[in-house]
Amino acid sequence: MKVLLILAALSVAVIGKETFEGHQVLRITGKNEFQHSLLKDMAEMEHLQLDVWMEPIDLSTPVDIRVPFTSLQTVKAFLETEDIPYSVMIKDLQVMLDEEKEQRLSAARATEPRTTDDYDYTNYHNGDEIYSFQEMLVAENPKLVSKIVIGQSYEGRPLNVLKFSTGGTNRRGIWINTGIHSREWITQASGTWFAKKIVTDYGRDAALTAILDNMDIFLEIVTNPDGYNYSHKTNRMWRKTRKPNPGSSCDGTDLNRNWDAGFGTAGSSGNPCDQTYRGPKAHSESEVKSIVDFVKSHGNLKAFIDIHSYSQRLMYPYGYTATPCNDQRELHDLARKAITDLASLYGTSFRYGSVMTTIYRASGISIDWSYNQGIKYSYTFELRDTGRYGFILPANQIIPTAKEAWLALMAIMEHTKDNTN
Amino acid sequence: MTTGVLNPSHYPARRAATVVQHYLNTRYGSPYRWIFLSTVHSGSAEDVAEMGRKYQLELTMQEMISNVSGRCSAELLFPGGEGQSAPQVQASCEGLHQSNTTAQEEAFYQQHRASNNLASGNDIPDSYGHMEPSVKPFWQLGGVASSFIMLRESNESTLYNMAQVANFTQLETEKDQLRFNYHVLLHEMISQEIIHWKLLVTWSPAQGVQVLQTELQPKCRHCEAPPNTTN
Repeated sequence: MKVLLILAALSVAVIGKETFEGHQVLRITGKNEFQHSLLKDMAEMEHLQLDVWMEPIDLSTPVDIRVPFTSLQTVKAFLETEDIPYSVMIKDLQVMLDEEKEQRLSAARATEPRTTDDYDYTNYHNGDEIYSFQEMLVAENPKLVSKIVIGQSYEGRPLNVLKFSTGGTNRRGIWINTGIHSREWITQASGTWFAKKIVTDYGRDAALTAILDNMDIFLEIVTNPDGYNYSHKTNRMWRKTRKPNPGSSCDGTDLNRNWDAGFGTAGSSGNPCDQTYRGPKAHSESEVKSIVDFVKSHGNLKAFIDIHSYSQRLMYPYGYTATPCNDQRELHDLARKAITDLASLYGTSFRYGSVMTTIYRASGISIDWSYNQGIKYSYTFELRDTGRYGFILPANQIIPTAKEAWLALMAIMEHTKDNTN
Repeated sequence: MTTGVLNPSHYPARRAATVVQHYLNTRYGSPYRWIFLSTVHSGSAEDVAEMGRKYQLELTMQEMISNVSGRCSAELLFPGGEGQSAPQVQASCEGLHQSNTTAQEEAFYQQHRASNNLASGNDIPDSYGHMEPSVKPFWQLGGVASSFIMLRESNESTLYNMAQVANFTQLETEKDQLRFNYHVLLHEMISQEIIHWKLLVTWSPAQGVQVLQTELQPKCRHCEAPPNTTN
C-alpha cells in the first residue's frame, strides 16, 4: 500500500504530446507473484500513462512497457526500490521511429521515377503517379508537349489533357481519351505509353512526324480520375463517376452514357444503382461537360478516339440507332485496315463494325456525339482481352497491348491526316 | 431478333457462341482445362414454334492452358416462354481433348486431398492481374465452376465472363472429392454489372467439376471489394 502511495505522490502531470521523445520501453521480469501484482497495479496508474506492449503470460515471461519521459524517473525509482529487475529495450522511441521513417522514405524515393525514362511502363500506376508522369513529360519536352486543364472532376481532381503540337494556329486535331471507365486499367496504362511513344517517335518515325507536322494530338489519359482513385482504394470493379445521386443510396453516373446523342433512349439505364446509369441529364457530369466544351471551342478536331477494355473490338458510330452512319463504308474500311495493322504485331484478333451491331445498343456514348458534331473519324476501341482476365489484365500485357493498339491508332491518324483539311 | 444467316462479327452469334463455351467447360473443364471461344466461323438462328430460338454455330474453341484449339459444331436452344430457363446445348468438337492433363490433374488432386493443409485464397487475380503460380489451378477451377452458373443464367441478352475469384476456401475432402466454397464475381457485358455468387464446388479427376449449391449474393448498394494489398 505504502508503495502505491509513493507512486501516486510522485505523479507528474503529463503534457499531451503526439511525439514519443524520450520515451523508453522497459522489459521487466517480476521475480514472484507479489512483484507481478505490483507491476500490474503500477501499469494501471493512469497518471503514469504507461503503455503495456507485451503482457506477461506467466511468471517467467517479461512484461514490456512503454514509459513516457515524464514518468521514467518515478518508474525506475519504484522498480529499484522493490528490487524488480528490468532492462531498457528502447532508449528513445521517437529516435527509433524517426530512423525507421527515414528508411522507408528513402526506399520509396528510390522507386519513384525522376524522368519519364525511368517510369515503369510495365506496371499499373495510381492517379497521382500518372499526374506526375504528365508533369515530367511536359518538363522534358517543352517544345512539343503542353498540359491543358479542361476542368475538374466531381471530387475536384484536375482533368488534364496533354497537347502534342509542333506549332501552327488551331491546326486540325486528333482527340484520344483513355480511362473513361475507371476499372479498365489497361487503357490508362496504354494512354501513358502512347504519350511517351509520341515524344520518342517525333523526329524519328516518318509517319508520326508527318502527322505532328500537320496536326495536333490531344490525349486525356485519366478521363475519370475519381473513379480511378476509387478503383485503387476501394472497389477494383468501379466503372462510373463518384458523384452521389440525390434520393438514392447509389453513387455515380456512367460517363459513356452521359453524352447528348440519343441521350435517355434504350441502351442506357435510368436507375442510379445501375452500371449504365446515364445521369440526370446529358452532360450532367463535369468529366463529360469539360470535353464537350473543349471540343466545341477547339472547333477543328478531325478524329475522336475513346479507348475502353475489354473484348478486342474497334467500333464506329452508331450505338444508339441501327441506322448506318453516313460514312459507314469509309469507317468500316479504315477499321479493317487498322485492325489488320494491329494483328501484324502479335496476331491479336480484333472484331470491328458499328457499336450497335458489334456489341450492343448503347445510347449517350461519346463517339456518337462526336460524330454528330462533324468529327468524322470517331472510333471506340475495346482493348485486350476477350474475357479470360477481363478488366484485371496482367501487367505484363500492358506493353504488348499498347504497342499493337498504337499501330491501329497510327492507321486512323494517318488516314485522317490524308483525308481532311 | 436476327433470324437466318448470322454475321459472325455481330453480337447475336457471339453471345450464343459464348454460351457454348460455358457448356463445354461444365462438361470438360478442370483445374487444368479451361476452354474459351476463339472464333465464330458461321451461324444461323431460327424461331422454333412452342420452343424458343435455335442457333447453329461453327466455332473454334481454344483450351487456355495447353493452347490447343479445336473446331466445334454446336446447336443451342434458348427456351421461349415465361420464366428463365437454361439454354440447352449440344456440341461436338475435334481436337480439344488432345491436351493431356491427366498427370497434372492427378498430382494436384493428390497434393490437396489430404485434409491437413486446406487451401484458401482471395482476390485472384489481384488488382494488377497477378496471382501466385500455386494459386492458378484454383483460379481455373473457379472459372470452370462459374461456367455452371453462367450457362444457366444466359439468354440472348447476356454475355458472361468470370471477372475475379473473390475468395475460395477448401473444405474437408468427402467421398474422394475435393470440396470448396467459392465466392466469384461475374461480369455481365450488356448490363455491365458485376454479380456476386457463392458456390459449393467439388472436383476429382474421375468425377470432374460439380457445383452442388449456388447462392446469388444481393447487389449491395455500398458493396466494396476487400481492399487489395497494393502500395
